[in-house]
Amino acid sequence: MSMIISFLSATVQAGTPLLFATVGEIFSQKVGNLNLGLEGMMMMGAVTGFIVGYNTGNPILAVIAAALAGAAGALIYAFLTVTLKTNQEVTGLTLTIFGAGYASFVGNSMVGLKLADNITAFYAKTPFPLFSQIPFLGDIFFKQSVFVYFSYFTVIVLGILLYKTKYGLNLRMVGENPAAADASGINVAGYKYFYILLGGALSGLGGAFLSLVYIPVWQENITAGKGWIAVALVIFATWNPYRAVVGAYFFGGLDIIGFRLQKFSIPIPIYIIDMLPYLATIAVLILMSIKRSRENKAPASLGRAYFREER
Amino acid sequence: MRIAKRSELTGNRILLVRLAAVAGALVFGGIFLLILGQNPFVIYGSMINGGLGSFFRFRETINTTIPLLLTSLGVMIAFKMKFWNIGAEGQIYMGAFAASYFALNFSDLPKPILLIVMAVAAMVMGGIWLLIPAWFKSKFGTNETLFTLMLNYVAIKWVTYLQYSLWKDPNAMGFPKIASFTENALIPKLFGIHIGWIISLIFIYLVYMFLSHTKTGYEISVIGESENTARYAGIDIKKAILKTMFISGGICGLVGMIQASGISGTLSVDLSGGVGFTAIITAWLSGLNPIVVGIVSFLFAMLQQGGSYIQTAYQIPSSAAEILQSLILFFVLASEFVIRYKVVLKFKAKGEVEA
Repeated sequence: MSMIISFLSATVQAGTPLLFATVGEIFSQKVGNLNLGLEGMMMMGAVTGFIVGYNTGNPILAVIAAALAGAAGALIYAFLTVTLKTNQEVTGLTLTIFGAGYASFVGNSMVGLKLADNITAFYAKTPFPLFSQIPFLGDIFFKQSVFVYFSYFTVIVLGILLYKTKYGLNLRMVGENPAAADASGINVAGYKYFYILLGGALSGLGGAFLSLVYIPVWQENITAGKGWIAVALVIFATWNPYRAVVGAYFFGGLDIIGFRLQKFSIPIPIYIIDMLPYLATIAVLILMSIKRSRENKAPASLGRAYFREER
Repeated sequence: MRIAKRSELTGNRILLVRLAAVAGALVFGGIFLLILGQNPFVIYGSMINGGLGSFFRFRETINTTIPLLLTSLGVMIAFKMKFWNIGAEGQIYMGAFAASYFALNFSDLPKPILLIVMAVAAMVMGGIWLLIPAWFKSKFGTNETLFTLMLNYVAIKWVTYLQYSLWKDPNAMGFPKIASFTENALIPKLFGIHIGWIISLIFIYLVYMFLSHTKTGYEISVIGESENTARYAGIDIKKAILKTMFISGGICGLVGMIQASGISGTLSVDLSGGVGFTAIITAWLSGLNPIVVGIVSFLFAMLQQGGSYIQTAYQIPSSAAEILQSLILFFVLASEFVIRYKVVLKFKAKGEVEA
């Protein structure tokens, strides 16, 4: 039993960076912008968070810096795709290459450095008052880092924003039918900018979770494709932030299962088990494309630039 | 102020705008270098010097151009169809894997036959590796961007498995490497550079002919423009996708064989060095034109070599080149706006009511 709890608790940890990035991308796509720069923004957040954390020793400042770095990456993307109406796929891919270059450039001298103990201690697992007493679930979900608690908070707040407020209705309208949104007086470009930047900030947080909590020693290519898996998880979650939680933890579990299985000397080579998250992502993509239902579709204007005079 | 669509600019004006964009990126990068306390002229100068300064450096630049150019040609064919083949990296590794299988197990074949077998195996394997997502795309509309990308990781893990376990050379004293190819599995050299450069030139011609002078090439551009138009014109979209992607993946697979046989002398996990991603930039920058991509690839290879040169000379991380490359594409993408739209400044004249 304790082994299952420890595995599930580790799953939540491994899934948290995916959760931040996936929820961020959901909002970007909800306003009609497919941002393939997730991986790049995560890296920008990871390296910036690490450097600020390393130099100031302030855990809060590090996280804020990471969110700003992710948002800065998203700003480049938003300016190009929203204002200058460039191709969203190519712009996002370039952002990923840019982010990887930035992380490798800035992080070059940091490889192998370790964060100060006070940051590690700040983000160490701390039982959440009361909730941690719940049997089983408390051990899994409420004996975690404050950063993980923050992810719960983020999902709940953004879920309410999306489904229960006027702003949520407007932002969905922008993604579904920008011309109609425009006609009804919604500032289409404003909404797009805001939620693309929000998406970038959340990806930055996902990256920061990796470099501040998950692996507090800087290493090159710290994200290892997690940004791309998050893009796929958006489809898996059918653009619903609550379902993103399930997807993120499932893939978090796949990510760590290889390491855990090593103890049991199973006959499958570790390298093959390491393929699991990627193969599972492929399986998800295929399944989601086979069973396409009416209400679980992508926002109608996803991937297309909105130009008022072209209707 | 308002934005309006403009009629297409002429070719020369477009070229001018693009060059201005590249210059803008270089200026922007220069400001960044200034902030870092470096003289941008000195750094750019030594990047060129690092890429072309001697025969040795020139040869390295050509060696870098070859995979980049061929991969760009490969992904370009897919992009023309608006099929996002981001999986060139994986196709390169799987191609190299297939070629290495023959190089390691049939090394007693005569050299020309062995090399041809390796090349064909690499192309077929690379083609199949892209055919998998292409089939799902044509059948169910499965997202190919993510599918091809995930296959990159699968291919890299597979080659890691081969190198660290299955094909590990027992004579390497525990060092995780695959045995080197024998002499007859290595591609020959001409003028001191392996003949990949000739293959590249041939492929520029072939891809050019394919895209602009064959039926499939025509179908590709129609599908890329509009799938509906293609359907009305009676084009078998599914067949066209499969055929085209097999070719696209095949070219990338061939890159794997060339890298294994011409550069590293065996299969290894650092065979590609991210060429599959840089090729996306070069293919797009060249406007999906197979002739222009030759020039762009050479310039990018020079940047990359220059990048590693300034790392040793000025302790500036070589990823500066990567940043510069993406900056150039950002600027060129932005410049498309100037080509397609114009900003109309409206001043309210007397008696005129604003529209």
